[in-house]
Amino acid sequence: MFHWLEERPFFFAVGVFLVVSFAGLIEILPNFAEASRPTVGTKPYSGLQLAGRHVYIEDSCNACHSQLIRPFKNETDRYGMYSLSGEYAYDRPFLWGSKRTGPDLMRVGNYRTTDWHENHMWDPLSVVPGSIMPAYKHQFTQNADLETAYAEMVTVQSVFGVPYNKPITMKDGSSETVKLGASFEEEKANMLAEAKLIAADMKNQDVKDAVANGEIPKIVALIAYLNSLK
Amino acid sequence: MGNQNPLAYDYTVAKWFLWATIAFGIIGMTVGVFIAFQMAFPELNYLFGEYGTFSRLRPLHTNGVAFGFTMSGIFATWYYVGQRVLKVSMAESSFLMAVGKLHFIVYVLTILLAVVTLLSGITTSKEYAELEWPLDLMVTLFWVLWGVSIFGLIGIRRERTLYISIWYYIAAFLAVAMLHVFNNMEVPTYFVAGVGDWYHSVSLYAGTNDALVQWWYGHNAVAFVFTTPIVAMIYYFLPKESGQAVYSYKLSLLSFWGLMFVYLWAGGHHLIYSTVPDWMQTMGSVFSIVLILPSWGSAINMLLTMKGEWEQLQSNPLIKFMVLGSTFYMLSTLEGPIQAIKSVNALAHFTDWIPGHVHDGTLGWVGFMIIAAMYHMTPRLFKKELYSKKLMETQFWLQTMGIVLYFSSMWIAGITQGMMWRATDEFGNLSYSFIDTVTVLHPYYTIRAIGGALYLIGIFIWAYNIYKTMKSGRELEDAEVNVNKSPMAENR
Repeated sequence: MFHWLEERPFFFAVGVFLVVSFAGLIEILPNFAEASRPTVGTKPYSGLQLAGRHVYIEDSCNACHSQLIRPFKNETDRYGMYSLSGEYAYDRPFLWGSKRTGPDLMRVGNYRTTDWHENHMWDPLSVVPGSIMPAYKHQFTQNADLETAYAEMVTVQSVFGVPYNKPITMKDGSSETVKLGASFEEEKANMLAEAKLIAADMKNQDVKDAVANGEIPKIVALIAYLNSLK
Repeated sequence: MGNQNPLAYDYTVAKWFLWATIAFGIIGMTVGVFIAFQMAFPELNYLFGEYGTFSRLRPLHTNGVAFGFTMSGIFATWYYVGQRVLKVSMAESSFLMAVGKLHFIVYVLTILLAVVTLLSGITTSKEYAELEWPLDLMVTLFWVLWGVSIFGLIGIRRERTLYISIWYYIAAFLAVAMLHVFNNMEVPTYFVAGVGDWYHSVSLYAGTNDALVQWWYGHNAVAFVFTTPIVAMIYYFLPKESGQAVYSYKLSLLSFWGLMFVYLWAGGHHLIYSTVPDWMQTMGSVFSIVLILPSWGSAINMLLTMKGEWEQLQSNPLIKFMVLGSTFYMLSTLEGPIQAIKSVNALAHFTDWIPGHVHDGTLGWVGFMIIAAMYHMTPRLFKKELYSKKLMETQFWLQTMGIVLYFSSMWIAGITQGMMWRATDEFGNLSYSFIDTVTVLHPYYTIRAIGGALYLIGIFIWAYNIYKTMKSGRELEDAEVNVNKSPMAENR
């Protein structure tokens, strides 16, 4: 049979393809419906948080930081409750990472604050002596790309049915709503309102001035995102 | 027996890809060595502003060596080996010639654009699939062109039976096509919302599903870029260079079909103790162990091909590269399954042991095999004698030392880090803060960077040797080219 195949490239290629695709069909397809359900209390990202997530991706934070807490005591002691599948329901793409050159950030919002991040991103050694992480000072001067974040919100709402502007039940039974403006201008106002709360806790005067002038530096968006990781 | 007037093969496209292999090898590995030094000496992060941080440069390194260096090497060997084992010349078909040239142009353009976009931080964040959708389309285009070249050349072949190398090229083509398409399913946001960056997209899959598809891709990009096409190379170049017949046809059958069936299952071992269902993690783990069989099958088949001819290991540096390459392949395909065992993975995952494992495979197996293949092809492409055997020997030993320093330091670093993360005192409290587990690695990061630098020096020697061959190597007659052992200047 093998000799027969080796003289017939078409059937050979078909054979290879069938053998190769078999595992994908069995392993990947059955999980899709099951794993995409959000856990109770998981909210979609607000516009500012999503813009911050883009900053996180642009500077490739995931090259050194994971967002996946494994079910071991030493990990839950260090980082908090182990990860649940549904907590990632709104993560497109997922940002689990594959290397912990730095610590996990899955729940960093539980134990770090705005001013800690501000100091850390400006000069990591000032808060973590011995750190090998570089400073990201350009995030303090460049503005976040709000339009692209808005475009992504609109896309995930219309294509994937992400529940913006709908009440979401939280763990304590209360409900919260993540807003999405009907136009970019409206959404930008939402983003600015959230940015002002972040900037109020920061000390960098240039950043504060920028936010007061209706601009949002990348660092503000990034901190909004990091604070949302809980 | 034999053709009295051997075909005049046309190696134009093979030569172009040979130069691309060298150029991207130098770029990709220079970035690699640089970021390795950054981990030991973080001040190096500040040389090029926002474009010079480890985090921005790391995707440039991985893409540069995987899709620049390795892929150019694969294509260069295809445009050389393909014609020879199918007994047909590219010159016989102006269509296939044009396809080959277009393939090269689209490919180089894609890689150059990849460099620009990755440096600018335009990325989807998925490992080894960082390129945004416009570049994904370009990848698809040059991949299809490669497919046309493969099946076109097969279509006009004179040799009816497909040689083993061709099996592996076909497999690489088909599997990467499937993986690339499914993992890069994304929705461009501009076309839905009408605002924002036109090149931005959002993944079709969310969270755990996204991770599952990504590592089904990520692991098998390793399989079908770093394994199958490299096996294709060794099945051609080792028997050719040594003048020995492949040891066992049955073993090559078993290894090929075994590899095809098993490899795809093993992707789950990247997701052990994550939120994907437990049975998938177990499957990933079990199939990773099974994977030792077909992997070692190929490697042993190659080593036994040298049976009775082991003195060539001493006299021919190309045999050295290929035999040690097979050996590193065995090391790497044993180490990987060990790391896929759940209890080992609990310790090894997220640590430096993983990049250590990747590099004994890529530097030792992929790198050595491509280096040997290009050395073997050079005298045949340019009808020149290889410039210096001594330089080849020097390169071999420098690079071997480099690899050993690399993986041994990363073994120690990874296991140290993993043990420190989980260490507790007598009351059950964590013994170390995270930063303790970073600062302790400084010496190992330094050793690793030095190992990488040694390997890089070897790459420069390789480039220089091939350059000098083209420039001032002794001209060869046809009869001197059509031999097994590559012609090389023995006393220089």
